[in-house]
Amino acid sequence: MSRPVGVLALQGDFAAHQALLEAAGHSTRQVRNPDDLDGIGGLLLPGGESTTISMGIEREGLREPIQQLAQSGVPIFGTCAGLVLMGREHLGLIEMAVDRNAFGRQIFSFEADLSMASLGDPPVRAVFIRAPIVTEVGEGVEVLAELDGAIVAVRQGPCTAISFHPELVNDARMHLLALGLGAGSAEPSPAQT
Amino acid sequence: MTMHDENTFRVKVGLAEMLAGGVIMDVVDAEQAKIAEDAGACAVMALERVPSDIRRDGGVARMSNPAMIREIQETVSIPVMAKARIGHFAEAQVLESLEVDFIDESEVLTPADKDHHIDKWAFKVPFVCGATNLGEALRRISEGAAMIRSKGEAGTGDVVEAVWHLRTITSEIRRLGTLDEMELSVAAKNLQAPIQLVKQVAQEGRLPVPMFCAGGIATPADAALVMQLGAEAVFVGSGIFKSGDPAPRGKAIVEATTNFRDAAKVAAACEGLGEAMSSIETSKLGEGELLSNRGW
Repeated sequence: MSRPVGVLALQGDFAAHQALLEAAGHSTRQVRNPDDLDGIGGLLLPGGESTTISMGIEREGLREPIQQLAQSGVPIFGTCAGLVLMGREHLGLIEMAVDRNAFGRQIFSFEADLSMASLGDPPVRAVFIRAPIVTEVGEGVEVLAELDGAIVAVRQGPCTAISFHPELVNDARMHLLALGLGAGSAEPSPAQT
Repeated sequence: MTMHDENTFRVKVGLAEMLAGGVIMDVVDAEQAKIAEDAGACAVMALERVPSDIRRDGGVARMSNPAMIREIQETVSIPVMAKARIGHFAEAQVLESLEVDFIDESEVLTPADKDHHIDKWAFKVPFVCGATNLGEALRRISEGAAMIRSKGEAGTGDVVEAVWHLRTITSEIRRLGTLDEMELSVAAKNLQAPIQLVKQVAQEGRLPVPMFCAGGIATPADAALVMQLGAEAVFVGSGIFKSGDPAPRGKAIVEATTNFRDAAKVAAACEGLGEAMSSIETSKLGEGELLSNRGW
């Protein structure tokens, strides 16, 4: 049995991520305090409200343990609020500056087809919800995807962050790639439209 | 320019999903909104009077003043929700033009239409609606609601109705899972809900949109209770800003909502809080004083 993927469960759509990973055959574990990090094979930081989740990280004493996890090479994958948390101003796991709610309020939220070389065909149906973008990347940060010139997916070492929500369209490819669970070759499930 | 599909149902439900595990707090001005954000609220609900004041003052309760909503939007970065009266689609249009992130078609305000709820498909903004049972929840979803909240009895500080509504909805969902095809069409008729939605719920064992809980939550333990009963997040109305010390109580309810299965953490969160809001036992209210039987 491989090690479970930890899913930060302080606030946000952690349940949707767990459902996606478990449907793809991977066990998960909700992470609410530092003990929950023991023995995980990767850590997912879900979408939600970054201010709320960030306060939870401080309150539960998770900041340093998460940073140590990244230093020891455990894959960490953040989506949306998770991307914000991985930036310079919060956990500092990826050398990047982030603009929160870059597309505006909810009525400007949208979905679009996004091509990603690292995933191949078909494009990801990317759902952007009050989404952040990456405005600046430091040395050693690889840009994985741009949407009309805005950076929406990046990777640095074991850490990957994206602005959108593959868990809402049942497309596990990005999760598998970012968490080192496969070559990213899994087909999107039929539920994807 | 990449083709964008805005405001799909998936995008609307998506925001509801992002609020899961969090606390949405009622606020009446920018100062309260800031306190709520600092306490860890995942969204705020902007309204002119919290439910307990509406209950006390009486009169017609309407949509909030746009200037107040704007001020709150400028003060906080978390999503801002606002309430429209049941059936009052013009209030909803105003709220959409203000770019609120979610509209609550709410029984807490005085209903504007005796027969019709708002056609929520006609809007770009997602809607949340209250429900006391599964049929009501599915009717709201068929009208386009992207989130359901169990109604409870707002403004009382009494959690008993919230528990009843949640238990009713979850047990009705479980029951659907035991029915065969023919029985499901009878169930749809009895629930007065579209058969497609009834079949979907029977198959998936959950509503097609997130289900949150509202109405009467006043303490961290109340939040832990409704989360364990299946709520995915909680709305707290009068419970925070009508209590003795709103900031620590807000924080404590957020903490208990996250750690709802960890009794020691809920206990720690309960410690040292001032007075809870002044409360009303719901069973002592007359039929005409109940808010939860508004909507149909």
